[in-house]
Amino acid sequence: MRIIWIILQKEFKQIFRTKIMLGIIFVMPLIQLFILANALTFDIKDIKISIINNDKSQMSNQLVNKINASEFFKIVDYPNTTKQAELLMDAGKTDLYIVIPNNFEKDLFREQSAKIQIIVNSIDGTKAGVSFNYLLRILTQFQIDQSSNLGRKITLGLTELPKIIEIKTSNWFNIKQEYKIFMVPGLVGLLLTLIGGFLTGINIVREKEIGTIEQINVSPIRKIQFIIGKLLPFWILGMFELFVAMSIAIWVYEVPFLGSPFVIIVFAGIYLTLVMGIGLLISTISETQQQAMFVTWFFMVVFILLSGFFSPIENMPPIIQKITLFNPLRYFIEMVRLVMLKGSGFADIKFQLEMTIAYSLMINFFAVIMYRKTN
Amino acid sequence: MKSFIAFIIKEYYHIIRDKRSLLILLGMPIVQIILFGYGITNEINDANIAILDNSKDNITKEISNKLLSTKYFKLKRYLDSEREIEKSFKSGEIKQVLVFEPHFAENLQKFGSASIHLITDGTDPNIGNTIMNYTNSIILNYQSEMNVNLAGIINVLPEVKMRYNPELKGVYLFVPGLITIILNLISAMMTSISIAREKEMGTMEVLLVSPMKPIFVIVAKLIPYSLISFSITIIILILGGTIFNVPITGSLGFLLLECILYLFLGLSMGILISTIAPTQQVAMFISMIGLMLPTILLSGFIIPIENMPYWLQILSNIIPAKWFIIIIKDIMLKGSGITFVWKETLIIVLMITFLLIVSAKKYKIRLQ
Repeated sequence: MRIIWIILQKEFKQIFRTKIMLGIIFVMPLIQLFILANALTFDIKDIKISIINNDKSQMSNQLVNKINASEFFKIVDYPNTTKQAELLMDAGKTDLYIVIPNNFEKDLFREQSAKIQIIVNSIDGTKAGVSFNYLLRILTQFQIDQSSNLGRKITLGLTELPKIIEIKTSNWFNIKQEYKIFMVPGLVGLLLTLIGGFLTGINIVREKEIGTIEQINVSPIRKIQFIIGKLLPFWILGMFELFVAMSIAIWVYEVPFLGSPFVIIVFAGIYLTLVMGIGLLISTISETQQQAMFVTWFFMVVFILLSGFFSPIENMPPIIQKITLFNPLRYFIEMVRLVMLKGSGFADIKFQLEMTIAYSLMINFFAVIMYRKTN
Repeated sequence: MKSFIAFIIKEYYHIIRDKRSLLILLGMPIVQIILFGYGITNEINDANIAILDNSKDNITKEISNKLLSTKYFKLKRYLDSEREIEKSFKSGEIKQVLVFEPHFAENLQKFGSASIHLITDGTDPNIGNTIMNYTNSIILNYQSEMNVNLAGIINVLPEVKMRYNPELKGVYLFVPGLITIILNLISAMMTSISIAREKEMGTMEVLLVSPMKPIFVIVAKLIPYSLISFSITIIILILGGTIFNVPITGSLGFLLLECILYLFLGLSMGILISTIAPTQQVAMFISMIGLMLPTILLSGFIIPIENMPYWLQILSNIIPAKWFIIIIKDIMLKGSGITFVWKETLIIVLMITFLLIVSAKKYKIRLQ
């Protein structure tokens, strides 16, 4: 116990002596939480639209007004020809344009149906899809409004009324519909993974590269004491970062915290041992810091892409969904979002917790075995 | 000239010797593009939903079946009471609950209207809204089918054209983004780390006292890394084109020229970083915080710039990757030529000039 305490002191001295380490430990979370949280907005609002209104009838004007009144769209121009509209789109001034044809109103009265064209710039697929869906929602609403207007006039003498299904909608758990509320809890997961995995890996490899690890190896310190002494400081730092990040999330970004902090603390404590185990494993197979950095970087990118941080796991093809079962970050992000935003308790996150514990035991077991072999 | 080639060969050996790093360097873009191309999609597929059917009549069954027969939704379970709704959301197993009011069909017959309540998990606003919009339009479709023979019902039929990326694939954005990162990161990060390594190991002194001019020592370092990043760019273009059908609408020659121009930018950044970084860790740190994060975050690669707060939008203008991504996207997807992207090209040229002037000022032949 005393030996571990001494190693701990040595590690903390080293950490606080190296400016770069301090920079990574204190600047990284701030950058992540202040720049990333602000940059990571996939909010789709103020979609720029231009409208070619060839009909200029009462009906078509009403449609234009309806689009204008919507909070999602901003009409930037009313071009006369498709060519002008195309130029606007190529120049990036509009995201989509619609063409209301000549006989829009006439067709609606005569044939009960009319066509309009919608052309969307879809390089950003998500944005295109969401914009189109908003437009569709407006069109349907327009249809219903106009139908009931007409319906009242025409169906006075008829016996059968049109059947209307009223759709009430509610968005739960993120009522303000803000991306920050979704992203910031996920960022906490990224932060812990970086601190735990990246720093531990680099730290041990550094001793190898400089050669000081040999000195420790010939000292009476036992391997397990050395490993604990190496890992514990980063575990403490990781928990410290967790509190900082959580406070920023709650006080600065006003992310609701419905669940119990206790659940998150317990989970994060276990999760840190898992990512540190991965860092330890990487350090045993790397010779230089450069290598360790590359390997960590590679895994980080894969972990982030496949964690559900950006795009939901259930949209992925089945094979890739299976691969995500090996991704520790996935469990943390699922857990933190459930607990913070939905108020889930231990019973709800049982799967994530069990997987993380099992995974952590396995990785650390391997890491310790591998570590002995290399020395 | 001969000794210059010898220097390049020395660098080549350095790279080849560290097989693991090389493997990661070459393998990572390939793994990423495959994962991203196949895995990352915001298209709704098999979203789990639950249904609370308080009416259990023919019409509610028909509507439910209609929803579940699409590829968008998958039934997780039928709920029995309101209380179960929150519980199902909390375990994270469902994205949406459909609540039919009691006597649904009866109300529809008698009063001409009946109501459905859609409760959506809004934690991810875009996904939540998309799911809600899909459900909405499926139900409304059903409604117009019911009313098809009635007078006074009008239909506006939208004809949609998704321009440039008809299938709304995320990989269309990812290929240009990945090329940008690779060109920038490998050239800037690798060169600066490898120069810092020579400083740290003390071998830089040996190189500097050789008869070779210091500037050629640096240039010899740049050449192998440029070749690597350029070949990775070509691999990405080929993979994107063959596996994911990402088109190159514009001229390929022009595209490659712009890539080379951007490569120079990465190299001049690498030189600048190496003139200020004494150790590998510092070089890594500057490359990660100063290059990688901004390149990924503020370039419009993953996140659209126009959604960001104003101060970040202003900040994004000094990120070279932003301009390069505009160029490469325009050439690849819109088929633009130099007349459309000359402004962005000029900005990159100016940035290179600026970086080179600063590094020339900072550059010292001696280490201390």
